This record gives sequence, C-alpha cells and structure tokens, in this order.
Amino acid sequence: MDSVGSLILYFVVAFAIMVFSVLAVTTRKILRSATFLLFALFATAAVYFMLGYQFLGAVQIAVYAGGIVVLFVFSILLTSQPGDNAKPLASKKRTLGFLGAIAMFVICAWALVDRVAMLVNIPEMEEHTMHKIGEALMGTGHNQYLLPFEAISVLLLACIIGGIVVARKKND
Amino acid sequence: MNFEFEWNSIMFLIPSLFMFCCGVYGFLTRRNMIAILISLELMLNAVDMNFVVFNRFLYPGQLDGMFFTLFAIAIAAAETAIAIAIIINAFRISRDIDVKDLSKMKF
Repeated sequence: MDSVGSLILYFVVAFAIMVFSVLAVTTRKILRSATFLLFALFATAAVYFMLGYQFLGAVQIAVYAGGIVVLFVFSILLTSQPGDNAKPLASKKRTLGFLGAIAMFVICAWALVDRVAMLVNIPEMEEHTMHKIGEALMGTGHNQYLLPFEAISVLLLACIIGGIVVARKKND
Repeated sequence: MNFEFEWNSIMFLIPSLFMFCCGVYGFLTRRNMIAILISLELMLNAVDMNFVVFNRFLYPGQLDGMFFTLFAIAIAAAETAIAIAIIINAFRISRDIDVKDLSKMKF
C-alpha cells in the first residue's frame, strides 16, 4: 500500500470519483446520468479494494453496480424516450443549487482539514477472512450482527411485496 | 529509490465529500424524479465510503464500519426498488415524471 503504483492508482480512482459524480448530476440525458453513476460506484468499489475490504468491494459491485443501476436503466427506458434531453434548468435555481453545494463543500472540507487530517498512516490490519466475516454476521455476541441481518432480510421481503403491490397494473 | 509518502484520511474523505456535494447539487436542481433518485444514490454512496474510511483508519481490528456499509447498501437497494415502483406508478397516472407536473397528490 506504500508504493508509487498505489499512489498513482489512488489518484486515478479519486479523479474518477470526482469526474463521474459531476457528470452524473450535470448531464442532460438521463440514461447517460445512470451510466456515469455506474462508473462512480465502480470507483467507490476500487476504494474499498484499496483499503483492504475485498468482501465489501465485491458486494458494492454486485448489489450497487449490478442490481441498482440495472433497475435504474430499466425504469428510465420505461418512463422516457431514449433520445430525450432534459429541459434546461432555470438559471436562478441552478445558481442556488450550485452555491448551496459549494458552501457545503467549503465548510465541510474546512472542518475535515481542521479536525480529521491528523489521521495519517493506515494502520496494519490482518486480512478479514470470509470465516471471520461470516461469524460476525451470524453471531449474537459482542460486535456480531445477527439481529440487523435478520431485520434487513425482513425489510427486503417487505420491500419486494411493496414493490409488486405499488407497481403492478390495476385491472379490476 | 526513496519514496516517502504518508496516507492521510483526508485523501479519501475529500473525494467522498465532493461526491456528496454533487449529490446535493443534483438533488436541488434536477427535476426528473429518476435523476433525483440518482443524486440520492450518490449521497448514500459517499456516506458509505466515509464509514469504511473511518473504520480503516481508527479501528482496523474491528469490522463495525464495514457492516454498517453492508447494511446501508442493502437498505439503499430496498429504497431504490420501492422508489422506482412509485415512479412507474406516477408515470402511469400522469405520463410524466417531472416533479413540477406531479401535482395530483397535493391536497
């Protein structure tokens, strides 16, 4: 993690995150916006891999990039014509949103540089094996997460049923 | 070759903050409901990244941040599915998903 190569990789990934998230919110074609979101999510997965959370990176690619973006693309194709451009924004609204985002960025960046910048040098970490992750996910003890795991599974079931009920055609 | 270099948490937190602010900008300015949802995903993703970075820098022996991110990803997936179901339903009712035109639910 301390070689020149990883530094170059870092700059590529950080640059990709910034560029693709800007493009995702500024492009006028909604399908392109979803594609840029996909690239931003991939770059985030690369950050997870760089930090040593391989399992999380795989989940990010499988669920976010594989599942959610496909859902986006399907719903875009269902609700708009492929060649559609978004109407240009009212410049007042755009200025307002831009100022809000910039102000937030400046304030938060100042707070981060002021308060968090002393966290240097990634500490050594033993590799999180699938065995360890599985035990933490399936145990009920300290630092183990069976209850949220089950709650999420119930939530997903409710979400499947809710999605079907809301989106189905009503022919009565 | 002598190459001294220190990783700083800022190096990961600033891109994440930038992503979040892009999400805020998109959320405030876009009018297509799916575009708003995409901005929301950007914000959620930025927050997930922060969990992981702080976990890695502060408590490398524990997995709490990683599991929070894992559950946040699952909740984001559920939320997106429901939101898209609602958007498709709204599209069926008014043939349009521009938030300016969706005034039928106003009371």
